[in-house]
Amino acid sequence: MMTSPDFPILSVITFLPLLGVLAICLIDGKRHSLIRWVAFLVAVATFIISLPLYFRFDASTWQMQFVEQHPWITQFGVSYHMGIDGISMLLVVLTTFLSALAILSTWSAVSESVKGYMASLLLLETGMLGVFCALDFVLFYVFWEVMLIPMYFIIGIWGGPRRIYAAVKFFIYTMSGSVLMLVAILVLYFLNYKATGVMTFDILTYYKLGLPANVQFWLFLAFFLAFAIKVPMFPFHTWLPDAHVEAPTAGSVILAGVLLKMGTYGFLRFSLPIFPEATVQFIPMILCLSVIGIIYGALVSLAQEDVKKLVAYSSVSHLGYCMLGMFALNAEGLKGSIIQMINHGLSTGALFMIVGMLYERRHTRLISEYGGILKVMPILGGLFLLVCFSSMGVPGLNGFVGELLILIGAFKASLGYGLLATIGLILGAIYLLWMYKRVMYGEITKEENRSLKDMTGREFAYLLPIIVFIVWIGVSPKPFLDKMDASVTNLLQVVNHQSTQADSRNRIGVDMKLAEVNNEQFAADQRR
Amino acid sequence: MEQVLSTISLRAICPEIIVAAFGLGILLMQSAKSRWMKDYFGYVSLIGVLAAIVMVVKGPASFDMKAVEYSFNNMWVVDNYARFFKVIFLLGTGLTILISMKYLSDESMMHGEYFALVLFATLGMMVMASGAELITIFLGIELMSLSLYALAGFTRTRLASNEAALKYFLLGSFATGFLLYGIALIYGSTGTTDINAISKFIHTASLQQSPMIIIGMGLLVVGFGFKTAAAPFHMWTPDVYEGAPAPITAFMSAGPKAAAFAAFARVFLEALPTLQTEWTAVIWVMAALTMSIGNIIALVQTNIKRMLAYSSIAHAGYVLVAFLAAGELGVSSIMYYMLAYTFMNLGAFAIITVMAGKGEERVHIDDYKGLGYKYPFAGVAMSLFLFSLAGIPPTGGFMGKFYIFQAAINEGYIGLAIIGVLNSVVSVYYYLRVTVAMYFQSPSSTTQGSDAPALVFSPALLLAIVVAAYGVLSLGLFPAKYVALVKQSSLLLQ
Repeated sequence: MMTSPDFPILSVITFLPLLGVLAICLIDGKRHSLIRWVAFLVAVATFIISLPLYFRFDASTWQMQFVEQHPWITQFGVSYHMGIDGISMLLVVLTTFLSALAILSTWSAVSESVKGYMASLLLLETGMLGVFCALDFVLFYVFWEVMLIPMYFIIGIWGGPRRIYAAVKFFIYTMSGSVLMLVAILVLYFLNYKATGVMTFDILTYYKLGLPANVQFWLFLAFFLAFAIKVPMFPFHTWLPDAHVEAPTAGSVILAGVLLKMGTYGFLRFSLPIFPEATVQFIPMILCLSVIGIIYGALVSLAQEDVKKLVAYSSVSHLGYCMLGMFALNAEGLKGSIIQMINHGLSTGALFMIVGMLYERRHTRLISEYGGILKVMPILGGLFLLVCFSSMGVPGLNGFVGELLILIGAFKASLGYGLLATIGLILGAIYLLWMYKRVMYGEITKEENRSLKDMTGREFAYLLPIIVFIVWIGVSPKPFLDKMDASVTNLLQVVNHQSTQADSRNRIGVDMKLAEVNNEQFAADQRR
Repeated sequence: MEQVLSTISLRAICPEIIVAAFGLGILLMQSAKSRWMKDYFGYVSLIGVLAAIVMVVKGPASFDMKAVEYSFNNMWVVDNYARFFKVIFLLGTGLTILISMKYLSDESMMHGEYFALVLFATLGMMVMASGAELITIFLGIELMSLSLYALAGFTRTRLASNEAALKYFLLGSFATGFLLYGIALIYGSTGTTDINAISKFIHTASLQQSPMIIIGMGLLVVGFGFKTAAAPFHMWTPDVYEGAPAPITAFMSAGPKAAAFAAFARVFLEALPTLQTEWTAVIWVMAALTMSIGNIIALVQTNIKRMLAYSSIAHAGYVLVAFLAAGELGVSSIMYYMLAYTFMNLGAFAIITVMAGKGEERVHIDDYKGLGYKYPFAGVAMSLFLFSLAGIPPTGGFMGKFYIFQAAINEGYIGLAIIGVLNSVVSVYYYLRVTVAMYFQSPSSTTQGSDAPALVFSPALLLAIVVAAYGVLSLGLFPAKYVALVKQSSLLLQ
């Protein structure tokens, strides 16, 4: 059944977790282990069902695959339109993969209101998958916002001491970015209606819409704000450390692993193809902010005394690479950027899991409270080192692949930014290794640390799959990169084609006047 | 005289007759002095409301008829616009009655007058929606307002309730004066109170620039601004909403507001469309002010009724944005939004009513600490209503806002749309405060702790919450059929 082309696989994986939520709601809240198992099995089932997305994905085309389309609000031209291409496919699989592991990772960490917790995690999974699969603006926006609610509760209920502040900040920060995007979406909608006479929110039709440059500028800015907050890019990153530090382990894993990728994904899906001219216009600013983010994030990480905060700030730095590669606007940079999204999800997810393991044992995250514990927990120490290597981009592991491609792309685009980004790479090695040294090496200074237990079977079970992929992508990245080849090439074509076309139009200078005439015509039509 | 008689059409006012008859019937039951009847006032009035809904939707003058039907010498109009609003009012009334019954018996205030007044207020609203002439609309407004004044002070032993009634009455009658003066000026310059005739006369006599008409229009804006609680005429709202009995606050925030908007839109879009350039600027400022004032002042409230009072001001602001957009999209988005707002606000107030308890002692946000754990159902439902009020998908509140801003952007009010969406970010903060209390804070002993009195959810109340939740979710998830309905209903108002 699942191999049939009509099987609505994207809907099934998106809404299976929601079914899990309903099932959990029916279970008695006191039966904790049953709830955990149901949640975990639902997440695993979702992951297994999502695997055909990878194996049956046709890498030779940039067209959307596994497409489903049904009318939703026909009067507005809103449809339930799902589909994935080479850009989103890996992100979807990453989401199902990390969600299952994240549920496993908080098996013992959360013991209060397990029911609500597991329901929130599954609801979150539905929201995230929806964001990556949606091909309709309204559908996308609905999922984009829906996902805020469970994350808000995860941070607010099961978080650390400043959880309320962090949860509210997370919610309001994200929402203030996205409401302006909503306005921009509506403006786009009417501009498209004006140009084509068709009322539609279908994202793909907007790829062909050549907008005047100054309109593109403002709309790009509105989308930029929404996505830059989510990524987060340098001046908009302040919600991230708070949210990360206060969130429980699974929350942090999902937040870093998947949620941040929604921002970068948004740029790829919307900003680049719909506003190609503005994209070109904004390149200098975004490259600059990305490099600032890379170096600033690394420097701040260097100064952290709290392991979790350090990992959180390292995300700012790593996402800076993603943005840098993307706005280098060449094939290497884009591919590097996408694979780096996956890599960051894996390695930072693993880092947060390890921090969670340490926290569960000692109930502190201060680096100074540890030291020398490699002796008592050699397995955890060894894997921790491997994950740090992955995060700093040591050859042979996944991080290297992404960072190398991004740097190649960056150097092609701009020598200066390429050089600066390389500095970030060195800083990355410094803060991670220094942290590792202070936590793991040396003499044991605290008595409590002598009796720490090494990893349990369950902890091993959820870390190992990530390690496997870290090595796999590192050793043989080609199959993964090939999947996105066609889509990336097409994306570049769309961007280049549209921006050159617009150039010639601008030279004639009729562009804006035409738009104005259209404007009046449209208003007149409406009045009638 | 002949002509008047010939246009009397009982079937056009059939739902109104039902509501009036049930109101009077309850008054009779009250005077019968048999104690056992007391418990049935609510159910009887509920039957009346349901019968009226059936009559509006399926009766002789039902939705299927696309035609506009004028009767009573053009004083009365039955079109889909009026029908749709009547359904909103009746739904609001029905939910209010469900919420009220437990509350009244707790307060030992189970009197028939309460339900009769609620039904008369509803009747007033229905007249407002169907009035095709200024005096008819004015009569509807008065019937609604007088009933509401009395209802605001219904729990007469509570000082706050008395204060609310008096303030509402004094300010309300002052505003009514403005309205009436506006009507008089418009009548003075056009010689008619018939909405269509006014429009025609202004057009043919080119009265667009006549100062008398413009002043009259300005006075109407003041009057309707007061009834819809739009800034700067919103001052009465917080005190009245805070002091009135909780179910009446719920009632006032939904139906009467919708009725005021229904009449406001009909008068301005049908009678004064030629003056649109004159009122656009005024309404623009009012909309921006109303949204901002409502949301910003709501941020600092600690009393949940007062907070929702400011929130209801803010919501009036969003509706004004749609009002400004006018046209098919604008009018239909007003209708959609008011329907969603009725469900979400009454749902929230249902829970507030239960929480408030006897004597309305627990109306502070702090009292909600830990509610989500002790009463998971109430917590989830309240969160749903609050997220809907905040405009977070997948709720009716989101779709409503989406619809409104779509209409605004369509007409080129991008600046106002940006002000609107930024306001909804502000509003998120205070709605979230309640969820913070319900879920993130542990209860203190006086609120949801062990020695707090248990909350009792009567079946009627549960029904109200379930109906409201269903409305909020179905408007959010499957909006297509509602959009089709409001689009079709708004066509005639252009």
